Amino acid sequence: MTGEVAIRVRDVSHHFGEEDDARHVRALLDTSIDVARGELLCLIGPSGCGKSTLLNVVGGLLEPTTGTVEVAGKPVRGPMPADIAYVFQENALFPWNTVFENVMLGMLFQGVPKAERDDRARRSLEAVGLAEFSDHYPAQLSGGMRQRAALARALSLETGILLMDEPFGALDEQTRMILGEDLSVLLSRTDKAIVFVTHSLGEAVFLADRVAVFSARPGTIKQVISVDEPHPRNPEFVTSAKFTALRNQLYSLLHDEIRKAMSESAMRGGAGHRGSVAGDSA
Amino acid sequence: MLGNGKRDAASAGSRAVQVAFLVGLLLLWYVATNYWGVSHLLLPEPVQVFWQFVDIIKTGEYIDDLKVTLGELATAFAVSCTTGVTLGYLISRSQYLIRVFEPLFAGIYAIPIILFLPLYVLMFGLGPMSKVALGTTISFFPIVLSTIAGFGYVERTYIVSARSMGASEYQLFRYVLLPAALPVILTGMRMGFTVALLSIIGSETIASLAGLGHRIVHLAEGMDMARMFAYIAFVVAIAAILNTVVSSLEAGGRRR
Repeated sequence: MTGEVAIRVRDVSHHFGEEDDARHVRALLDTSIDVARGELLCLIGPSGCGKSTLLNVVGGLLEPTTGTVEVAGKPVRGPMPADIAYVFQENALFPWNTVFENVMLGMLFQGVPKAERDDRARRSLEAVGLAEFSDHYPAQLSGGMRQRAALARALSLETGILLMDEPFGALDEQTRMILGEDLSVLLSRTDKAIVFVTHSLGEAVFLADRVAVFSARPGTIKQVISVDEPHPRNPEFVTSAKFTALRNQLYSLLHDEIRKAMSESAMRGGAGHRGSVAGDSA
Repeated sequence: MLGNGKRDAASAGSRAVQVAFLVGLLLLWYVATNYWGVSHLLLPEPVQVFWQFVDIIKTGEYIDDLKVTLGELATAFAVSCTTGVTLGYLISRSQYLIRVFEPLFAGIYAIPIILFLPLYVLMFGLGPMSKVALGTTISFFPIVLSTIAGFGYVERTYIVSARSMGASEYQLFRYVLLPAALPVILTGMRMGFTVALLSIIGSETIASLAGLGHRIVHLAEGMDMARMFAYIAFVVAIAAILNTVVSSLEAGGRRR
C-alpha cells in the first residue's frame, strides 16, 4: 500500500489564542507525517491531543501556527474542494434538502459541470446503499444512514483525499461495525488517501493501514503502527489473533497517554475532564 | 405526513365543536336581546346587525375606510420587513453586534409601544402617517429579532462543510444561510403582521380621521349600535382572512 505521497505534513504546530492569554492552548506540536495514495491513516489519542486539529489543518479549515502542509504537491492555504472532501461527525447534511439534493449541492459548490452531477450523485448513492432513499430528508433517516449520505456526498466530489472526523462517533456500536465493514469494501475500490479520526481502538485497527497514536497535550504523534492486512477486510479479521495483538498494543500505548492527559488537566486547576473535552472539540 | 387520515378526523371533530360553540353564542345573543330584555342600546339585536352588515357590503360604503386601513397596514408592514430583515441580517454577521443589539431590541420590544401614539400624532398628525409610524415601530421588533436569530445561529457545521466543498459567498448565502434562516424569519414576519394589524386598527379608534377603527368609534358615538356591530363583524372577517393568508404564506415558505 505504498504509493506516491498525497499528504505531506511537516513540523506543524497549532496554538489557539495568544501566547500570553490564560486560555492559550498548544493543541499540536511539531508534527510530521506523510499519507500515501490509497492509504487509510487513523488518528487516535486522548481527548484534546490535537488529532482533530491536525485534520482541520490538513483540510485547510485551520491555518497552522508554524509548519507546512502539502496536498497533491500544493501547499494548503484554505479549503481545497478540488482535492479534499470532508465527512464530519454529524449535522453536516442540510436538513432542508433531500439526500439527493444534498449530494447535488456539494458538486454545485465544488464546480462540477451540470451535465455530470446527476449521474455522479446516483452512482455515489448507490455505492453507499442509499439509492432508494434519494428523496428522503435527513430527518427521515437513521443516524447511520445520514452518515452514509454524508459519505456519498464526499465520494461524489471525486477528490483524491478524504478527511473523516469521527464520522461514526455519534452512532451505536452495531451500526458502527456495519458501516466500518462497508467502508472497508468501498476503500478497496479506490485509491484515495484517507485520514480518519476516531476514539475507537477496534475501529482504528479494522479500518487503518497505519494508526498514528497521539500523545497528550501538547499533542504530537507518539508512534505509528502498521496494520498489514489487505482491504476489504472481512468481519473474521476482528476475531483474529493479529487484530487482538494490534488492539492490545494500541491500548497500552493509549492508556498511558490518557492517564497523563487526565492528571495534567486535573492539575491545571480542577477543570479536569471538562477542560479536556472542550479542548478536543477545538 | 404520518397518520393523515386520523389527524384529519380529529381536526374535523374539534372543528365541529368550534362551530357549535359559535352557533350557541349567536343563539344566546338572540335570546338575550329578544326575550330577556337586554337593552338594544348596549347589545343590538343580531338579525338587525345582520341586515346592517348586508347593507354595508351592498352599498360598498366600507371601501374608503378599508382602503385607508389596508394602505396603512401595507405601508407599515413593507417598511418594517425591509428595515427589519436588512438590519437583522447586517447585525447577524458579527457576534459583537448580536451581543449589543439583540438584548437591546428585545428590551424595547417588551415595552408597550402604543404609548408612542400621542407622540406620533403630534409629529405626523391625525392622518394615516401616524398609524403607519406606529404599525412600523411595533412590527419592526419581532421581524428584526427573528432575522438576527435566523441568520445568527446557523449550525456551524453547515457553514464549515459548505466552505470545505468550495461554496462561494453567494452560494453560502443562497443555499445555506437563507434556507436555514427563512422559517425563523417568516415566523417573525407573521408575528409582525399580526401586531401591526392590531395596533393600526387600535390607534384608529383612538385618534384618526378615517379607517375602519375610526368608523366604529364614529358609529358608537352616534349610538348607531347595530351598524357598529356590523362593522366590528366586518373587521373581524377581514382580520381572519388576512391572518389566514399570511399563515398559509408562512407555511408555504417553511416547506421550501
